[in-house]
Amino acid sequence: MNATNGKVIAIECLRYDPQTDDAPHYETYQVPFTDDMSVLQGLQYIKDHLDGSLTFRWSCRMAICGSCGGMVNGVPRLSCETFLRDFYPEGLRVEPLTHFPIQRDLAVDQTDFLVKLRSIKPYIIPEAPKPVTEGTFLQTPQQMDEYYQYSQCINCLLCYAACPQYGLDREFTGPGALALLHRYNADSRDAGKAERMELVNADEGVWGCTLVSYCSEVCPKSIDPARAVNQNKVESTKDYFLRFVAPRRNG
Amino acid sequence: MKTYTRTMNGWWRRNPFYLWYTLREWSSFFLTAYALVLLFGLARLAEGAAQYEAWRASLASPGAVIFHAAAALIVLYHAWTWFKVMHKTLPFLRIGARRVPDSAIFAAGVASSVVLSLLLLWGFA
Repeated sequence: MNATNGKVIAIECLRYDPQTDDAPHYETYQVPFTDDMSVLQGLQYIKDHLDGSLTFRWSCRMAICGSCGGMVNGVPRLSCETFLRDFYPEGLRVEPLTHFPIQRDLAVDQTDFLVKLRSIKPYIIPEAPKPVTEGTFLQTPQQMDEYYQYSQCINCLLCYAACPQYGLDREFTGPGALALLHRYNADSRDAGKAERMELVNADEGVWGCTLVSYCSEVCPKSIDPARAVNQNKVESTKDYFLRFVAPRRNG
Repeated sequence: MKTYTRTMNGWWRRNPFYLWYTLREWSSFFLTAYALVLLFGLARLAEGAAQYEAWRASLASPGAVIFHAAAALIVLYHAWTWFKVMHKTLPFLRIGARRVPDSAIFAAGVASSVVLSLLLLWGFA
């Protein structure tokens, strides 16, 4: 730890131990810090020096892995790219991502998202298998541009914590999974759209979105999940009406 | 596994973003009310000139003026928010190989709205 120039910041953490607590409570820690320290480093200081029982997820420390998301003063943020200096001298409150069940302290249960992620078939389903000997799939820059921004998702779940519709109805597939669904549907190498449209059209699909669009505000990768969801309202409408004029390939 | 789920009580007050969103959704209520007043006027017009003039006179009451002033402001906010999110509801628009920027879609929406409103006002004048 570098010299802290005497600056100390108060970090208020939500604490919840499923073995002993019926409800969460808050504990405040006084953390010496330097201007280059992130909220994640503040939490690590607490764990190393003040209270080893504080539980939180993290891995890469550079906004790539998507593990360290949490609520910082009520806003979904990656704690590794949020800096303590921006909250000095008032201090800050750190909570687990909202809308998810709390497992322990700052760690949430991500099972619901992981099930949904699997359900959207997040992989390319080619029209026909193509052996490596036939070479790679080719794509124009424009074809790539159709899906590239959505492929930047790091599954950090900030968008789910930003989405009140997901908080109100946990059946809603939600911004992250729907943006990834669009990432594959919009890919010229993919032919799995018909399979995925079932999920788009379902009650828990894109029509659960009311375009609050806070998901796009908080997304650390600026992938604009609200756009992916709402582009698919157009697709869903086309899918609904076109069946009257064009029979579906798979019945 | 035991977990703790937080409530959604008062969620719309938790963040200014949600408050503005809630106002955006409620603005539809005023938009509908304003449309109904116009529809009512159309029905009066169908009944005859005297009825139509009576309806117009009723619009001059202080209550009606306050309602219309409030509705006008709220409808302006509704239009602004509508154009703000319009690009999210569209497929990527391209001119040649270049994607039309979101700001251009917003600006085109606002500009066309202003021009049409002025044309309407000019038509009435």
